[in-house]
Amino acid sequence: MEGFLAAAVIAGTPLLFATVGELITEKAGNLNLGVEGLMVMGAVIGFLVGYRTGSPVLACLGALAAGSVGSLIFAVLTVSLRVNQVVTGLTLTIFGQGFASFVGSSVMGAVLPYSIKEFFQVIAIPGLSSIPFIGPIFFKQDIFVYFGYVVVVATSIYLYKTKKGLNLRSVGESAASADASGIPVNLYKYVHIIIGGALCALGGAYLSLVTVPVWQENIIAGRGWIAVALVIFASWNPIKALVGSYLFGGLNILGFRLQSVGIHISQYLIDMLPYAATIFIVIISTRKNKKEDMPPADLSNPYFREER
Amino acid sequence: MKWFSLKKREEIPAKKAWLIRIVAVVLSVLCAGLVILLLGFHPFVTFGEIIKGALGSKIRLTQTVLKAVPLTITTLGIIIAFKMKFWNIGGEGQIMMGALAASVVALNFPDMPRGLLLLCMGIAAVIGGGLWAFIPAFFKAKMGTNETIFTLMLNYLAIKFVTYLQYGPWRDPGSKGFPKVADFTQNAVLPNVFGLHIGWIIALLLTVAIFLFMNYTKKGYEVSVVGESIDTARYAGMNIQSIIITAMLISGGLCGLTGMIQASAIEKTLTYSLSAGMGFTAIITAWLSRLNALASLFVCIAFAVLLQGGAYIQISMQIPAAVADMIQGILLFFVLSSEFFLQYKVSFHFKKAKGVA
Repeated sequence: MEGFLAAAVIAGTPLLFATVGELITEKAGNLNLGVEGLMVMGAVIGFLVGYRTGSPVLACLGALAAGSVGSLIFAVLTVSLRVNQVVTGLTLTIFGQGFASFVGSSVMGAVLPYSIKEFFQVIAIPGLSSIPFIGPIFFKQDIFVYFGYVVVVATSIYLYKTKKGLNLRSVGESAASADASGIPVNLYKYVHIIIGGALCALGGAYLSLVTVPVWQENIIAGRGWIAVALVIFASWNPIKALVGSYLFGGLNILGFRLQSVGIHISQYLIDMLPYAATIFIVIISTRKNKKEDMPPADLSNPYFREER
Repeated sequence: MKWFSLKKREEIPAKKAWLIRIVAVVLSVLCAGLVILLLGFHPFVTFGEIIKGALGSKIRLTQTVLKAVPLTITTLGIIIAFKMKFWNIGGEGQIMMGALAASVVALNFPDMPRGLLLLCMGIAAVIGGGLWAFIPAFFKAKMGTNETIFTLMLNYLAIKFVTYLQYGPWRDPGSKGFPKVADFTQNAVLPNVFGLHIGWIIALLLTVAIFLFMNYTKKGYEVSVVGESIDTARYAGMNIQSIIITAMLISGGLCGLTGMIQASAIEKTLTYSLSAGMGFTAIITAWLSRLNALASLFVCIAFAVLLQGGAYIQISMQIPAAVADMIQGILLFFVLSSEFFLQYKVSFHFKKAKGVA
């Protein structure tokens, strides 16, 4: 059981980065449906840099850069040019997938150097890892997983305990009022869209650097979209995003586990589980009516000062 | 002080609008060329090879048209949904379910007379695709559920389910261990007209039909009104729920029909890969044609050239076919940006900057 839960945390980590990234983007009032594309761009650039340089740090920086550039395109189009966010996000996904399979075709099936595997091996945190049950699940993981915790905590503090976080939330709730109170709306949107996009790409890089350290085109397999759904599931709260991500990580690996304990259901049917569960979540989240569970009120409305 | 100012345009002359769009397309080609150059290939040679690969011989031309047919029909389906601002990105799944439904008919009644069998397959496909679009439409209409993620997840469900069938219960024991569904009988394969399967005629007829439906019927008008403003539609006394559901049945039905055509005429059986990303490409083509059915025909032909040419350069120049996907993305980015210049007037003032409103 502990083994399964620890594996669920690993499988949930790429989802976690992408979900928190999208959450930050949506807090700025922009719905970026390009998460899938950003993740695959991060995965391919992370892999390429890691493969060529052997440096895990450079690989992660490369992924962050790829995500920043990808989401910068989104920001220019949706913030400055006020293009429809849904269509722009979809385009980013299509572009990202084309980009990744094009750039990645040179390293198809290549295996990462050992230095990277070594860097991302399990490091038990002294003390914490010996807590019964909790320890082996959460504190005997690789450095990437730990960084995920840091991102969640930092995002929560930023959003709910800092002035800038408050400003950000007001941009998402009502860009016009934020503007009136002197917050530079577009700057906030740009910065947070880019940070969010970079985090999504980092989630993709986790898949290509740690989970499956061999390059394959369909490596993301819809996780970007699941992340978009998880933001709704999490009611735009980073802590709930963490719970949701690990829950879905568990669903992702359930198939292998069932087979290893002798329950034989077709892998293809079990593969359907996370997607079916996502639909289920999207349906039940529609029924929410508590105020703090609502999306940012100005989500996906372009803001043009002269139109107030 | 800002060095430029924006003003919302009241109206834009049609000539100027097209000029802006053409500039966008030209810029996107330049940008794509730059990317190709950066990746170490010669852009002009690459573009030349794409054109040659798509139109260079009769066989290649045929292939291009065969790619345009399913894309056109799917695009028509997407147009209806998008016109309503219902973000149907479930074209892939609807194509799959249409193909699946048609295959159920084709595999169970292989000896039915050809015309009747094909008709039944077509009807089954429309129902199958329509049903797959009905589920999210129902939840959207009744509860306001987010359709984007819903339709997308249904894609994965449909593809995984067909994969399961292909590798499991429907696997043809006669195929010597190769995991595939049994081939259709000749009766279940669409006939050829002028050397091409009849799908091209179907695509042309449907284009005209959907154009008429969207522009000259009450239902089609209602779809646009719901897309423009739900409040207006409600105020005018329209039955919004029924409009959403009907429109999505048509949208999914068209995608389903695409699935039947691909299964019957191209694959001659059911495979989990037959949708081949068409549901997504159709989103681009639908948007590029500004949700106009007649325009979509030309956009889809242009895209078929890009797809077929992309497949060709993979062989002739060893450039991955994905370069075509990338060009598509770049093209759409530029055309989307051009929408801005259609809506807003940008005036630059460098030296004597007037006050910005």
